[in-house]
Amino acid sequence: MFIHKLGSPPWFYDFAGKCIPWLWAAFAILASVSLYQGLFRVPPDYLQGESFRIIYLHVPAAWMSMMIYALMAVMGFIALVWRIRMMEILAMCSAPIGAAFTLVALVSGSLWGRPTWGTYWVWDARLTSELVLLFLYLGVMGLFSAYDEPRKAARAACLLAIVGVINLPIIHYSVKWWNTLHQGSSIGLSGSSIHPSMLWPLLVMALATKFYYAANLLARARVLLLEQDLRKGWTRKISKIGNSNVSSRVEKRDQ
Amino acid sequence: MAFSNLQILQPDSETQAELPEMLKVSQLSLERYFQPVFQPVDFSLKAGELMVITGANGSGKTTLIRLLAGILTASSGSISSSATSTAYLGHALAIKEDLSALQNLRFVAEFNGGFKTSIELVLRQAGLSRVAHQPARTLSAGQRKRCALARLLLVSAQLWLLDEPYSNLDQEGIELVDELLIQHVSGGGAAIVATHGEHRPQLERQRDLFLLAGFATDE
Amino acid sequence: MQAFSALLRRDLSLALRRRDELLLPLFFMMVTVSLFPLGIGPSSDLLARIAPGVIWIAALLATVVSLDSLFRADYEDGSLEQFMVSGQPLPLLVLAKVLAHWLIAGLPVVLLSPLLALWLNLDVQAWWVMMASLALGTPILSLIGAIGVGLTIGLRRGGQLLSLLVFPLYVPVLIIATAAIMAVLDGLPYVPFLGLLLAGLLTSLTLAPFAAAAALKISLS
Repeated sequence: MFIHKLGSPPWFYDFAGKCIPWLWAAFAILASVSLYQGLFRVPPDYLQGESFRIIYLHVPAAWMSMMIYALMAVMGFIALVWRIRMMEILAMCSAPIGAAFTLVALVSGSLWGRPTWGTYWVWDARLTSELVLLFLYLGVMGLFSAYDEPRKAARAACLLAIVGVINLPIIHYSVKWWNTLHQGSSIGLSGSSIHPSMLWPLLVMALATKFYYAANLLARARVLLLEQDLRKGWTRKISKIGNSNVSSRVEKRDQ
Repeated sequence: MAFSNLQILQPDSETQAELPEMLKVSQLSLERYFQPVFQPVDFSLKAGELMVITGANGSGKTTLIRLLAGILTASSGSISSSATSTAYLGHALAIKEDLSALQNLRFVAEFNGGFKTSIELVLRQAGLSRVAHQPARTLSAGQRKRCALARLLLVSAQLWLLDEPYSNLDQEGIELVDELLIQHVSGGGAAIVATHGEHRPQLERQRDLFLLAGFATDE
Repeated sequence: MQAFSALLRRDLSLALRRRDELLLPLFFMMVTVSLFPLGIGPSSDLLARIAPGVIWIAALLATVVSLDSLFRADYEDGSLEQFMVSGQPLPLLVLAKVLAHWLIAGLPVVLLSPLLALWLNLDVQAWWVMMASLALGTPILSLIGAIGVGLTIGLRRGGQLLSLLVFPLYVPVLIIATAAIMAVLDGLPYVPFLGLLLAGLLTSLTLAPFAAAAALKISLS
């Protein structure tokens, strides 16, 4: 029954609207806890000093960048096989969020490299992987926006996402191994084990990012639904009620 | 909501009822930009029947034919076909410019698994014997259309889906199409022809479907 | 099966009719490679070191440039639609077209590579591994590229988007193929790398045609 309702745009619009504030709240709380601990309470690293603190941003962002791509591909697969419009919408809205996380991972990784290696970019295995992942995201987003008909655009982009996800582990391992082959530099913490007191803020932030993703995803999905259904009755009803933020943005775009 | 204008002439013998159903379409609809292209379509087509689809420009005749051919996938509704093979004639004729009519047809024959009829015979029937050996790019639009029609003879499919078969043809060509249709249908095949109405086939056993453009649904 | 060979033969004969067009990918590769000494400097040591990468990148670029012709003609003249209606399995037909395309555009690259190796001062002992890596790798590029072409064939700026789509997917092939050549130069075992390329080729042969066929179905809809 729930899944069936999910397919109805006005129902989804309402339901998502109710969820979003809670999700943002959860993100805000978890993120602040994590950042407070990570930036102020946890002692500096033995080798890297204060600069290691960027890990609390970099690692969760990198994890999310990969998780979102995998999710996007799964949603894309469901969308293609069962022709479910909501899945198309959720998959397409995930792409820019994933790309943003990838960008955060790249920038934070680059900033991390500066104190460690004296330069803003090194061809570290993870950074290079993230860069290729960014290109994969841009490809999906580019393909989606290249087609005029929305459902065709979504289907093409979903297929690309699936092809990309199959390649993703291959790319990841070949880059990792390319890095060791060429004795490249690497960014990371010294030693393979990380002390628990340093670890738990990281995990809290990882959890926080999931709430961020959910909140952002639902918000974007609502906007995309409104854009696509602009001529349908239910959207006109909403703009009459005066949900001014969303509908005026949507109308501006239509001009 | 379905609207179709069916004229079925009364059969004069019992065998009419025994003809196998070749195509059954139920509540078929395709959406583009979240609007239906045409209003939902229902019909069933038996072997030996010809259906003519007419409708205003933009009513979705080409879309419907392509749906039936399997090139497009429906948004809702169903198509079930028991035809063993289908032939499609669309706006793009699938003729290679660099090859001659003869070579084009030879490829089609090889592609579909051997020669069922002599290619020379088919070319003669289509009125292309004189120009059979020159590159297709030198042929007129009407001659290319005849080459595409010749393909129908070569492959002998059970179900024919023809989109505007009369376009670009002179009077002789138009008669050729009608001839081919009569031959095909009396031989037990079925055919669906979409035409914007300048010329329509007038066969004994023929059904007509008038397609209405889809309108905005408010839901 | 007869559809496969009929299509393969037709595509080959169509390509051979336009013989001058066959040479374009080769000229492209030669020009691209010759730009490197001009841009970097003619130091033979430097060129020798970057040779494996440069040759492979040139091969990659040449493939992407030539890919557009893979489906375009059939897409525009309605032949693709006929393939879809014919009842023959579309992935098989895609495979036939990719094979024809590789024979025309990819194989010549393999055969041209010794000349490029000479220009870049690549050590002769690495030449045959270079050719093997190209022979195994360029079909992979064509197969993966076919998926990209299938997705972009209907677009106006399809060609530019195509590069963005396929280059990330080409990264593993590039890494492994150049590693094979460099292994020879360093006196290390190169067979594992060629083995990986072979595995990649077999995987692409089985999976890519299905993805490309699905992509074409979407593009035609």
